[in-house]
Amino acid sequence: MNRLLFALPVLVLLIIGGFFYRGLDLDPSAVPSAMIDRPVPDFALPALHPGKKGLSTADFGGQPKMLNVFASWCGPCRVEHPIIMRLAARADVEVLALSYKDDPQASRAWLAELGDPYRQIGVDRDGRVAIDWGVYGVPETYLVDAGGRIRYRHVGPLTAAVVAEEILPRWQALQQANQ
Amino acid sequence: MPAAKLHAKLAVVVLIFVIGVSGGSPALAVRPDERLSDPALEARARNLSQELRCLVCQNQSIDDSDADLARDLRLVLRERLQAGDDDRAALAYIAARYGDYVLLSPPIKASTLILWTGPGVILLLGFGGIIWVRRRRPVTALPPLSAAEQARIKSLTAADQGPQ
Repeated sequence: MNRLLFALPVLVLLIIGGFFYRGLDLDPSAVPSAMIDRPVPDFALPALHPGKKGLSTADFGGQPKMLNVFASWCGPCRVEHPIIMRLAARADVEVLALSYKDDPQASRAWLAELGDPYRQIGVDRDGRVAIDWGVYGVPETYLVDAGGRIRYRHVGPLTAAVVAEEILPRWQALQQANQ
Repeated sequence: MPAAKLHAKLAVVVLIFVIGVSGGSPALAVRPDERLSDPALEARARNLSQELRCLVCQNQSIDDSDADLARDLRLVLRERLQAGDDDRAALAYIAARYGDYVLLSPPIKASTLILWTGPGVILLLGFGGIIWVRRRRPVTALPPLSAAEQARIKSLTAADQGPQ
């Protein structure tokens, strides 16, 4: 019994060490989305391009949709843009967009320069709709299932690795669930 | 004049102390155009915004933070209060979008039980451990000194004191 008591500090150390070891891989600034598995919020946004469709709740559902939140003033958005161009070029991917707190003219110029991968773009000038989505920075990317429920959110720029490991497997699972 | 100098020094010390205690006057993140005209409602909004985490800076409340999102959330909060929400409902409105993480004092529920009770439990375990160890090993009285030991003490202390 006494021997066991001497082992106790070592045991406690091991347990605490286990937590610390796991903590090495965690991102303390990542905020889990409260919107996961919840339906897309009620909203309707005007279109960025005159004459094209804006973005509203009704645009989600029927089939899986991807939503990218971007702004022309956002540096990381520029970094991830080629990745989204490549994603949107796939026949099985449809990317919608929300232009976050951006001057529509600036957004249009940005897309004219870098290419426009988006099927529909809604303009959220005051960022109010983004708050309903739980957006806390740009860029963010959401996956919405065929039932119009938010299933996944990625915070920060998409990279080739994130697309291959996080986005596409989930996207394909959502599509298979829809068939 | 040394007295005047001393007074000046004292004044500085007192000033530093007062600023330190009062926390100075923090630069207000809340901009005048955000404030509600109803002072009671505005006071509630200020109180509530001290309860909400700024998601951009993360260790500041939205009341302290100059981040754009913090400002937007302050406006949403005021909008909810003006719409007639009570304090709980207004906080719940924002927590529904950003999760419990946005609340600087997390709600008590099954997943946060360890967080709330953990420190108390560990403290009790510590006290319990101390009591347990003390009970197991009662302090036994030492055997009295033998005559030889007494004599040795006497000779040592006598040598110490010396002739005085």
